[in-house]
Amino acid sequence: MSAIETDQPGVRDFVYRHRLRWWEPLPWILAIAFFFMFPRHLGIGNEILVVILFALSLDLVLGYAGIVTLGHAAFFGIGAYTVGMLAHHGIWTEPLSGLVIAAVAAGIFGLISGLILLRTTGLTLLMLTLCMMLLLEEAANLGQAWTGGYDGLDTVPIDPIFGTFDFNPLIPSTQYIYILCVLFIGFVVVRTIVYSPFGESLTGIRENTLRMHAVGAPVRKRLVICYTLSAAIAGVAGALWAQANAYVNMSTFSLDRAATVLIILVLGGYGRLYGAFVGAVAYMVLSHYLAKLYPTAWQLGLGLMLVIIALGARNGILGIADAITSRFRGKRAVP
Amino acid sequence: MIFGEDVAGILLGGLAAGMVLFIVSVGLSVTMGLMGFVNLAHGGFAMIGGYVIVLSMNRLGVPFLPAVVLGFVLTAALSVVLERLFYSRLYRASELDQVLFSIGLAFIMIATVIIVIGPETQPLILPSWLRGQIDLGFTEYRTYSIFLIVFGALVALGLWLGFERTRVGAQIRAAVDNRRMVESLGINIDRLFTFTFAFGSGMAAIGGGLGAEFLGLDPQYTLKYLVFFLIVVAVGGLGRITGVFYAALLIGIMDFVLKKYLPQGGTVFIYAMTIVILLFRPQGLFGRSGQ
Repeated sequence: MSAIETDQPGVRDFVYRHRLRWWEPLPWILAIAFFFMFPRHLGIGNEILVVILFALSLDLVLGYAGIVTLGHAAFFGIGAYTVGMLAHHGIWTEPLSGLVIAAVAAGIFGLISGLILLRTTGLTLLMLTLCMMLLLEEAANLGQAWTGGYDGLDTVPIDPIFGTFDFNPLIPSTQYIYILCVLFIGFVVVRTIVYSPFGESLTGIRENTLRMHAVGAPVRKRLVICYTLSAAIAGVAGALWAQANAYVNMSTFSLDRAATVLIILVLGGYGRLYGAFVGAVAYMVLSHYLAKLYPTAWQLGLGLMLVIIALGARNGILGIADAITSRFRGKRAVP
Repeated sequence: MIFGEDVAGILLGGLAAGMVLFIVSVGLSVTMGLMGFVNLAHGGFAMIGGYVIVLSMNRLGVPFLPAVVLGFVLTAALSVVLERLFYSRLYRASELDQVLFSIGLAFIMIATVIIVIGPETQPLILPSWLRGQIDLGFTEYRTYSIFLIVFGALVALGLWLGFERTRVGAQIRAAVDNRRMVESLGINIDRLFTFTFAFGSGMAAIGGGLGAEFLGLDPQYTLKYLVFFLIVVAVGGLGRITGVFYAALLIGIMDFVLKKYLPQGGTVFIYAMTIVILLFRPQGLFGRSGQ
């Protein structure tokens, strides 16, 4: 460390960027408090936690590496169908190793598709990711014997966790703790990646691809690795979704899901780790209670929010919060 | 049915669908090629235009062809307002912002139509001269499908002539290939954008109205067929009218055949084909490479 001049604030921020900030345990305290305060609402709690993990995986490719994809639900669906098909056909019903299998399956698909797709950029990449996802959706529709076709798989039996804690879709408390633990592990992984030199180089690729080429960084290799990791995490999220709901259907592959997670991430603020948390909570709570009562007004409001974010507030809710706090503190903007 | 007649029926049905696909997508192709704007709200203009056409016929008793013109004009006017107010600010923004904005706009369009008119499907009631069957000599076929094919071919021809033989067309082609050069020649590119955008949205409106007969027309139309429009544009190549034409016919016929013989999951082949084409020719099947 002695070689680095750490007295300048910019350098200090950079060197210590991975340090825990005081508010970082806050989401986890809130998540645990939610468990005790709202035992009747754990169902939606589960959904939120899964979406957070899914949005985190998207943040890795979209927010940090700057890969604009419309087909991230492909990996979510692969994870969900992997767990669902293995359990439905009685091949593998153990939950934790099921997650690992799902992560590997989605990761392999991410690696292969990343190697092929990430040669392209811009609109072509957008279309390719989209078509890849829709291809999988239709494949799930076609492979009726295995995937249940259009109706999906309605029974996904899952063993108790560690052989003791039962999985019951009607009593979601076990799932809540289970998903929260998996989310925590996933978050630690993503946080470590993001603050590592590797993560920093991803940000560099996002900001200026040509310059990263010029300094000799293996741009495509890093993008593919990032895409693969993100795919694996999205696969875990899908697997959790399948286990918690005890069913799998084609909606896991849908454009709707891909667009929703994109909206959630953007709403919270992308490229900033906690955007996934804020966006997921805001979106899911609003959609759960508002969308059922006034679906049209909800869609209108969502559309307006997206337009405003695209035209002005580029960094979502957290970006706005940052702007407010930095105004209060004088000029010290938080990166 | 005799085999030959069957093939003719499939070809005609597919061609009719392809023509509608062409009319809707051509505007998207040109705006994407010209401005590089990922406009996911394009289906919204088709939906709104379709509503203008169908409702003016069903509720106000406007005849068929004037209703189509009305749909074109009103939708083009609306798109000019939106283009000047919002789209023009995002031409230089990132793709992500463009995607977000246009998804948001699509949501707003859907919700507005639901609030103002209602969520139910609006039927296109054809005038009597377009109903029934027509004798083509070798086979009998639905008059409306034949009308669509003839109309689509005329539109394609007209657009091609306008694109290749007029001054504005030449400017648009030049701007697709090299926007900076065109700007430095002193051509008012903002006005060109606005004109093209309005024209493309108006075409989408016509397509939305004409296609309502077999695609259906409800607020969800906006996003339901978006993927197909995007595929046509991507396969045809950005900013290429002939490319979009061939791609639309290809996809239209493919979809018609697949829906008939493989109703469940048949579109898998269309997606697979699109992926393969885009991987080997990122500029599209008919696009020009090396821009």
